[in-house]
This record gives sequence, C-alpha cells and structure tokens, in this order.
Amino acid sequence: MSPTDAGAAATPKYTKKDFESDQDVRWCPGCGDYAILSAVQKTMPDLGIPKEDIVFISGIGCSSRFPYYMNTYGFHTIHGRAPAIATGLRLARPELKVFVVTGDGDGLSIGGNHMLHILRRNVNVTILLFNNRIYGLTKGQYSPTSEMGKVTKSTPMGSADRPINPLAFALGCGATFVGRTVDRDVRHMEEMLRRAAHHKGTAFLEILQNCNVYNDLVWNVIYEKESKLAHELRLQQGKPLLFGPPDDRRAVVMEGVMPKVVPAKDVPESALWVHDESNINAAKIIADLWVPEFPVPIGVFSAIEAPVYEDTLLAQEQRAISERGPGDIAKLLTSGDTWKISSEGG
Amino acid sequence: MSEAAAPVAGVRKSRKELDRAVIRFAGDSGDGMQLTGEQFTTESAWAGNDIATLPNFPAEIRAPAGTLFGVSSFQLQFGSQRVYTPGDRLDCLVAMNPAALKVHLRDLKPGGLLIVNTAAFDKRNLDKAGYAANPLDDPALGERYRLHKVDMTGLTHKAIQDLDLNTKEKDRTKNFFALGLVSWIYTRPLEPTLDWIGKKFAKSPAFAEANTRVLKAGHAFGETAEIFSEHYTIEPAEMAPGLYRAMTGNRALAWGLLAAAERSKVPIVYGAYPITPASSILEELAMHKRFRVRTIQAEDEIAAVTAAIGASFGGAIGVTGSSGPGIALKGEGIGLAVTAELPLVIFNIQRAGPSTGMPTKTEQADLMQALYGRNSESPVVVLAPATPGDCFYVAYEAIRIAAKYMVPVIVLSDGFLANGSEPWLIPDVSTLPPIDIQYRTDPEGFFAYLRDPATLARPWVRPGTPGLEHRIGGIEKQDVTGNISYDPDNHDHMVRTRAEKVRRVAQEIPPTSINGPATGDLLVVGWGGTYGAITASVERAQLAGKSVASIHLRHLNPLPPDLGHILREYRKVLVPEINSGQLVRVLRAEYLVDAVGFNRVRGLPLASEEILESINQLLGERQ
Repeated sequence: MSPTDAGAAATPKYTKKDFESDQDVRWCPGCGDYAILSAVQKTMPDLGIPKEDIVFISGIGCSSRFPYYMNTYGFHTIHGRAPAIATGLRLARPELKVFVVTGDGDGLSIGGNHMLHILRRNVNVTILLFNNRIYGLTKGQYSPTSEMGKVTKSTPMGSADRPINPLAFALGCGATFVGRTVDRDVRHMEEMLRRAAHHKGTAFLEILQNCNVYNDLVWNVIYEKESKLAHELRLQQGKPLLFGPPDDRRAVVMEGVMPKVVPAKDVPESALWVHDESNINAAKIIADLWVPEFPVPIGVFSAIEAPVYEDTLLAQEQRAISERGPGDIAKLLTSGDTWKISSEGG
Repeated sequence: MSEAAAPVAGVRKSRKELDRAVIRFAGDSGDGMQLTGEQFTTESAWAGNDIATLPNFPAEIRAPAGTLFGVSSFQLQFGSQRVYTPGDRLDCLVAMNPAALKVHLRDLKPGGLLIVNTAAFDKRNLDKAGYAANPLDDPALGERYRLHKVDMTGLTHKAIQDLDLNTKEKDRTKNFFALGLVSWIYTRPLEPTLDWIGKKFAKSPAFAEANTRVLKAGHAFGETAEIFSEHYTIEPAEMAPGLYRAMTGNRALAWGLLAAAERSKVPIVYGAYPITPASSILEELAMHKRFRVRTIQAEDEIAAVTAAIGASFGGAIGVTGSSGPGIALKGEGIGLAVTAELPLVIFNIQRAGPSTGMPTKTEQADLMQALYGRNSESPVVVLAPATPGDCFYVAYEAIRIAAKYMVPVIVLSDGFLANGSEPWLIPDVSTLPPIDIQYRTDPEGFFAYLRDPATLARPWVRPGTPGLEHRIGGIEKQDVTGNISYDPDNHDHMVRTRAEKVRRVAQEIPPTSINGPATGDLLVVGWGGTYGAITASVERAQLAGKSVASIHLRHLNPLPPDLGHILREYRKVLVPEINSGQLVRVLRAEYLVDAVGFNRVRGLPLASEEILESINQLLGERQ
C-alpha cells in the first residue's frame, strides 16, 4: 500500500447528514453553490473514507466559504493560495484525502500560478473549480473567464480581456484528470464528483455554476431544456462524440487537424470519433469545443496515470532512511572536519 | 608590526609572534578566492586559532574577467584570543589582479603586507581596472606598504610545466600558489589542504598532482625567496575545550531544524523559493531527507509560505526561508498563520535593499518589516542570531516557541552570518531543551480556540483525529468556539489576545547577559550579526578604562522583561545597526530612553573601529 492510499479497514456507514456542519449557509438565495454543496455532501459517503481523514481547503471568494459547511476538517485560507496550502498538507500528511474548492477568480486569476504548479506536479488533490464567469463576493466585476466585451461594474464599456478556458489551461499544465459538470445536473455532478475524488493525482473538475445575482443564467445554453438537448455533448468512455435530439443527431469528427460537426447519419460508424479518456491530444481538442459552432462537452475529458508528487518525494525519504538509517543529529554534528581542543589555553 | 631588517641569504628567517591577523584574498571571480579563503580558514582552525570570516563576492555568476565589479574576496581574522569579527583593516592583502588591488587597497593598513600577482598587471587588465599606468611602477606604493611583487602565474606554470594539462588548467591552480605562500608567511599547516586536494581530485590524479605541487611551490617560495624578511606565528586561542567544527550561519539554521525535527519527532516541511542569500538552507535541508525534513522548492515565495502553513495545519512544523524581497511577498501568508494561530517559522536572511538592492551584501534593515510589515495588527515573535554558530540554537528555539505558543516566529539572520563561518563548539544535543508537542485528541469539551491559560495557545489538532473535525480560516473568529464572528467587541478582544500571546513568550527569555559593569556611563545595545563588532569595540573601550557595557538582544519581540531596567542603569545608550535606526526607534518608543543610533548602511558588516569611535565620541560629550 502506498503512503497516499487513504481509507481504513472499517469505515463507518455515513449518510449525507454526517457531512453537514452546524454553520448557517450564507450564500445568496438561489445561488448554484447550494446544489454543489448538497451533491458533495451526498457523494462523500460513497468515498469510503473516514470523515476525520477528509480536509477541504479553499481560498477566497463565494465558493471558498464551502469548507465551513462541511463537517470535515477545513481551512479557509487566503486568496488564490489553496493549491499551495494543499500541497504542503499532502506532503505532511499523505494519508489524508484533500479537496480544494475554488472559483474562476481565485483559481485562475490571483491563484493562477499555484493552479499551474499543482497540476503539473500532480499532487493527490481533488480540485473543484466553480466557474460563474464573474466576481461575486466583490460584487460584480468581470472574471478571467468572462467573455470579451462583458459589461460589468469595472468594465462599463465592455471587458477588453480575452477569456481563459479553464479546461484547456488545465490540460496545458499537464493535468492528469480533467472534467466538467453543471450545477443544475445533479446526477451528472454526483457522478463527476465521485470520478474526480477517486482519481490518483490532481483532479481538476470545472463546475459550471450560476451566480443568480451578478451573472444570472450565463450557462443558459445548457440550462434551458431545449437548448441543453441541442447542445450538450456527454463524454463517455468508449462512446462516440454524438449530440443533439434524436431527430437531429450530430457527430463531432476530425477533418484533417480540425474538428467539425456533421449530421450523424452521414458518418459511417467506423468513422465516428470514439471518446478515449487516455488520449490527451483528443482531450485538448475537445476542451476547445463550444457553442455556437460546436456542442458543449461535459464529462471526463481525460484521465491518465502519472507519478504523484508527494509519492515520489516520500519514496525518496524512505529510500534515504532504508539506505543510511534514520537521521541522527549527534552524528551529523560530528561528521566531516572536526578538531579537538583539549584544555583551556590549548 | 614594524618592518624587520633586510633578510640575509642563508640565515634562518625570523619568526614573529602575533596575537591576531586580518588577511584578505582578492581576485577575479574566476580566480578561486573563496576556495583559497576557506582552505586558509581550515588551516587556521587546525592551528587552534579563533576565526571569523567574511566572504564577499559579486552577484553575477560569471562576472566579466578583470572588471572591478567582478572582484571576489575572502577575508578572515584569526587570533590567539577571542576573535569577534573578520576584522576592520587588513594586515595582509593578496591581490591577484589590478581590479582587486583597486577595489581593496584602501582597506590595507599603512605598512601592511601587499602581495600582488604581477603577471595579471598587463595592459588589458590595467585598462579594465581603470588604471592609466601600472600602479606597481609607482614607488609610493612600496613606500606606503610592504609590497611584494610575485609572478604567481609564471611560477605556477614553472612548477607544473611537465604535467599534461593545458594552459588554462594550469592557470587555474595559481590560487594555491597564493595559498601556499600566505600559509608559509603565517605558519599554517598544509595538511588540511593536502587532504582536501586528495579527496577533491581523487579521480583526476593530474589535477591532484598540479594543485599539490603549486601549493608546495608557493610555500617553498616564501621560505627561499629573499624578499620575505620574516614570517609569523599565532598561538592557539584560549577556547573552551571540546570538539569543534567550522560552521556557517545558513548551515547552522538548517541543522537547527534537523535537531528540532529529531527532538520533537514531528516532520518539518520547509517551503522555499531560491533567493540569495537564503538558498543554501533549502539545498542543505534537501540533503538530509533521513531526518524527515521535507523540502518543497515552491513556484514562488507565496506558495513557499502557504505550503508551510498547510503542513502546520496538518500537524507538521511548517518553515519557510527567504530574504527581504521574498518576506515582503509572504506577508499575507504570515498574517494567515497569525490569525489561524498555527506554528510557523520564517527565516529572513537579510540583504541590502530596497527592492533587489545588493543581493550578496549584508544589511539589518528588515527589523521593522518583521515587527510591523503586515496588514493590520499582526504580531509575531522575532528572534535574531548573533553569530554563525548561534543560528543553530536560534532555529531550534524558533521551532520550540512556534509550537508551544501556536504562533509565527521570524528569525532575522543576514548575509554576513549566512556565509560567514566560525569555529563552533559542537553541543551535546541531549542538553537542548525538549520540544514537547501535544496534539489535542480528546473531543470532550473541545473548541478550536480554547486557550491554554499559561501560553494562550489554542489546541493543535491533527486532521485525522476522530470527533474533532473543525474549520478554521482567515476570517475573524469568536474566541473559544472559533466560529466566524464580526462582533466588534470580540474583534477587539482577539486583537488583544493575539498580542498578549506573543507578549507571554517573554516568560521564555533568560536574564539578559551584560558584557561589562551592571551600571555605568554607556550601554551599547545590539542585535543580530553585529555582535562581534560591538563586543570587540566594547572590550577595547573597557581595556582603555571606559565605563562601558554591552548587551546583545536575541529576542526582539517580545523584548526581554529586564531590558527596561538595564537601560536605565547607564547614562547613555548607543545602538549600532546596519540600517538607518530601527532598534533604536523601538527602544526609544518602548522605554522612553534617549538612546542614540550608530548607523552605517554600506552592505558591509560594521567595523569595530568605527563603533569604538562612536563610543568615545559619546563618552566625550559628557565632559
């Protein structure tokens, strides 16, 4: 068993209730965060991990209030730094199951550098990034995922920033698990949470989340029933990239090095693009698909195995101890060049 | 030292006994001056002398050869009595090229020994150093100093001409010619250097042979050449008996952490981003994984401190190290540790600033940053080591206090202590105070901010402890329960409580040791790396019959409880610092004493001579 395998022989049988803390939840009424909180609390019992071994770490922002509402260990830290805090915690306590809860501002703006580095190191942490394309806690400025031209309090004539695509960013950083889900699709969200939590290494799960106060219905393309039916592409391992209503099924296929949408009926089965989570290159193409030209993919974009940062470091520590024995400060102090002075006035 | 009579060929040269000597090796950054100085230091340690060193090198890794800013030097003072500093004025300067002469000559005492490598004084090097004419041709130089013009490059080549090395490789051994020569002048044993050569070049016998021959050639040159009229011995110093080793400040900080990890049985997580002059702590710790000290080379200074905080949250001891610019970036993180009330140790190896400043030069100007350099009321404990070896004890003490009081502790070392070395009496580690870490495991009556009545520390709970699941964070919290609170009175109470917790660390501070009379005309108060210079100057003033004492503060926040009383026992108080007056300001504010500062901010250690002058001046004012 590797030092990072969490869990115990006899894990108590939990229910959702066991993961609800005694604190009043203080998000705005109607906020998408409520659904996410409920889904997380509901999936926790499925992890099979004693709740005292679970830690939620967050930075600053609406999403970062999350740990207060989980009846686990929690640390609400400073803006953008949760991935770095989590890295230190994992190195100190590899037996703990660590979640990072962050948002588009916390994780991709002020904390973008830490996000880059936790992903490339592949620290064993599950990252939930709530993306609402707006700054909520500071009351409505544009975020790094806001669309160009977005009119907000700080951009009265429209944002001049080109937005970042969180999943393309994560894949570019070498993420070993990248997924996307939606706050209004509870079952899909629960499934994705389980997948992300079980991944070994850094799991990056983007949750499209509604800020009903400052950016209401920004994800309406996959909220509104008909639109969702028309545009949502559910990624499933081994299944072709098909979407749309039954009478208008469409396929995403590759033409040369470019993705393209065509009527499904025009594509022979053997020519369909079959989703493979282990194919990083394919995931990078899928991560860039978006309406109106393409569908909105949700699901697991990629899941691969790679060395876990703290496993490598702790294995080095074990190797050093097994080869040369545990450290002995008295021996170290007298190692190398020393000289003796035998009496005063030597 | 006076000029001896001209030597007579064939007559055994006179050997003169000295109390102490100050030597500086200076040359191009590619000339191996640091190595030369380190080897000379080891030889002097073997000879039983007390030693203090001052390496001084450019920030550029490979500065252009021959330039003024590419000059690298290594200074040391060694003596038969306590040596507190690397020395102010030089008894001997070895200049390997014109640039080194130009930069360092002004520090050589009149009549001092000046040894130059004539081969480097060609037109090109003279131009680069900005000499219109060869200074060695100026008779005034030989009148002012005991000038020895030695063709070290030529003599080096001659000694190894039959070896199969190219010209460049042969050239590079000339520093050992200088080392051999100066070793002869000061009667140093060559064995440690010969040992070193044997180990270093075990796999390349040609280099081993070359360096050995050149070292011996330099030594023999001193003995046989007719230009050196005398040479010197320095008796072993009176030092406490025991086993010694050379210790630099940064290694001592690292080893202090290893000792704390071993004693506390708690892993240490050290987060750092490489920065001069702190990087060698990270490198040193990374070599000692067996001690369960885990190092993270973080993506930036902020990640370095927050990773350490994450580790502390997990029940390990988080430590981060940097220099001033990095500490500035860590400010918000340190504030989180203040309010989360988690143990955290922050090493600041101070360097000359502001901004990038002079990265390889020393300074003491981050005291106010340590005390106040964060938003809001954010008190932390501040400690400062006095000597390179003291860094070991201060690092250990920082961990002990951080864990006992659940508080961040800043350790203010500096570039001078970090790279300087001293003979260090190896302690018996069993005599170090225990670090007794207690995690709370009992859920009965648990609250996250329930305080220990003696220390005001809140309980440290390791995640993974059943029944104690709780949440903490940067938002103000209600005392005892730890729940989020915006209550005005609670905030006022918490501000005072965090401050009081730091004040209570005063109960850990032993009585202040006073160097000199318990009452008198003048008290000199110092902190950090100026210990040696202050002590040397105060002892000289005392020898001259002055009523002067000194104290050196290891605890800068909180200050020692007996300090106010001590300050009032002297008519005047002088505070020498390598800043524009920071501790002096604190002392004036805290104790309403009319302390005056002595301040030089040159990127160099204070000279004991200049402190002595200041002492004499202050005492003179009384009359």
